[in-house]
Amino acid sequence: MAAITSLGESGLSEPAARPRAIQGRRRRRLNLFRYLVFTVSGLFFLLPLLATARFSLEGNRLGTWSLSAWKEIVTYKGPPPLLSAVEIQLELVVLTCVGVLVLLVPTMVWIRLRVQWISRVFEFLCLLPLTIPAIVLVVGLAPVYNFIRRSQLSTLELFWAYVILALPYAYRALSAGLTAIDVTTMSEAARSLGASWFTVITRVIVPNIRQAILNAMVLAAALVLGEFTIAYLLLYNNLPVTLFFISRSTPNASVIFSTSLASLLFAFGLLLILAYAGRRRHRGRG
Amino acid sequence: MTSPMTRTQDGTARTGVEVRMDGLSRHYGPVVALDNLDLTVQAGELIALLGPSGCGKTTTLRLVAGLEDADAGRITVGGKDITHVAANKRDMGMVFQAYSLFPHMTARQNVAFGLRLRRIAAAKRDKRAVEMLELVGLSTQADRYPHQLSGGQQQRVALARALAIEPQVLLLDEPLSALDAKVRAQLRDEIRRIQLEVGTTTLFVTHDQEEALAIADRVGVMKDGRLEQLAPPTDVYSRPATSFVAEFVGLTNRLAGTVSGSTVTVRGRDLPLVDLGTPPGPAIALVRPEAVTLAADSSGDSGPLTGTVIAVTFLGATSRVTVDLGDTTILAQLTTADASDLPAGSHVALTIRPDPVLVSGDAPAVSEP
Repeated sequence: MAAITSLGESGLSEPAARPRAIQGRRRRRLNLFRYLVFTVSGLFFLLPLLATARFSLEGNRLGTWSLSAWKEIVTYKGPPPLLSAVEIQLELVVLTCVGVLVLLVPTMVWIRLRVQWISRVFEFLCLLPLTIPAIVLVVGLAPVYNFIRRSQLSTLELFWAYVILALPYAYRALSAGLTAIDVTTMSEAARSLGASWFTVITRVIVPNIRQAILNAMVLAAALVLGEFTIAYLLLYNNLPVTLFFISRSTPNASVIFSTSLASLLFAFGLLLILAYAGRRRHRGRG
Repeated sequence: MTSPMTRTQDGTARTGVEVRMDGLSRHYGPVVALDNLDLTVQAGELIALLGPSGCGKTTTLRLVAGLEDADAGRITVGGKDITHVAANKRDMGMVFQAYSLFPHMTARQNVAFGLRLRRIAAAKRDKRAVEMLELVGLSTQADRYPHQLSGGQQQRVALARALAIEPQVLLLDEPLSALDAKVRAQLRDEIRRIQLEVGTTTLFVTHDQEEALAIADRVGVMKDGRLEQLAPPTDVYSRPATSFVAEFVGLTNRLAGTVSGSTVTVRGRDLPLVDLGTPPGPAIALVRPEAVTLAADSSGDSGPLTGTVIAVTFLGATSRVTVDLGDTTILAQLTTADASDLPAGSHVALTIRPDPVLVSGDAPAVSEP
């Protein structure tokens, strides 16, 4: 009996062990592939940044090091002063994020609940800015901004254009979030419990698409932080335009690199803060 | 109908309210979802709306809840016309077929949500939420999030949430359909217990006849947006008003017969008619499988009420036996002990119990059980 059992066991365990070994080999190969892709893509992004940093620290003579290019950013007096450009840029980020969310969240919820048939048209409209080059957009927006400018507001006027530019990215992020939850049932449940539409959106839908909202905000912020063309062509001074002016106001070629890198670092820092703050609050709930 | 009394949060007595639907209609394009429906739910009563998909039962519930607008007709609750009142002002609790708990809130917060909207003080709100969770047997799970609860537990919390606001009317839209059979039966009984305890007028929508018959004071069977019959469960089963009701609720044998006077003659046997106004002539009699009894027949004689067993389906305490009568087949429902004596191939003699039967309006054709 024991012999039979032992024979049976060995017969069963051998084929079972083989797939395990194959699986282990496959996993190792997959991990190797992952590291390879990560390293190659890391180098792809990192090498130009390192080169930029290297050139921004170039001294007057080849092979020497200097912080003069970075000092020129800090000592730049304007117009506009650098700090004011940073402030305007941050305000533009906030205004654009708020504008996009106020425009998209209630509209998308409403479309899902009541007018599903219009969703394709709405999606098309939201994605349209992706297909229009910035220069074409400027041509279209210039007369509007000429009209607006008569009332002498500020660079913050740019946020209208930025809301349009951010629509495709924010739409995609929010759409993914809304698809992941049962908007209809949750809204109906909340309504039956006595919630107004405002309460449904603010207390039921928004907390459940928090991650999608955060993603939409990060994308909108990234877009605003790097936007140069529209601001420059419409004669507004945001941070990228100011950095461009700094690089042009000096014969020191390294300033081009220091301003580029400063702009990138500013954007990275802000996006990291946004992502980290959102994730921390999300974790805190559970 | 009794009018159960309950206590509200401030301790005052409260009775269930009557819900009336008069000439309610709803169309979706060319499709008629609800066709001139008249239905009155008595105070404190539980009515189950039963019917196949697309019969209009959920539409009825959604119209009462205010989640959809009626094309015509009137809904009154406790004598007050609420046809054009917004859903959030109707004071109704609803449990949905899909899990509808808010994922970002714990069970306690879900239950307290409606109370919070009513600006009830936090301490009172919390106490009430715990009471409601106790009522559905989930007080120990109060701080769990929906994803940490099973399907049955989620539906219980949804029920507690709907009841916490002390609604005038409780609306249950197939709340058990996503659950497995055992949990379903358990929760079904629990819903009935709680409804009797709380005394809220309740409209329960289901496509499961067993559920409807087990839980309701009255069952409304719907077809094509119309109410075919509204009666206590026993009447719906034993005295169906239409052939659709007879065939939808329980299994039915369709046997060719001849109507004369107050009886229909089926295979030489006179059976009393449910509807005495049935016109004389050939007809299809609808006979329940449990009205058919079988006995082993060793004589081998052939006759209108003899046949051969072709299949025996084991259902637990009972078994369903299919008998070939030569020109048709008939189903009989027997206790498993009786059915075990009649294996497939055995020759049997049939007896049809003279229960009142309904006659189908269809022309007699080849009868299929």
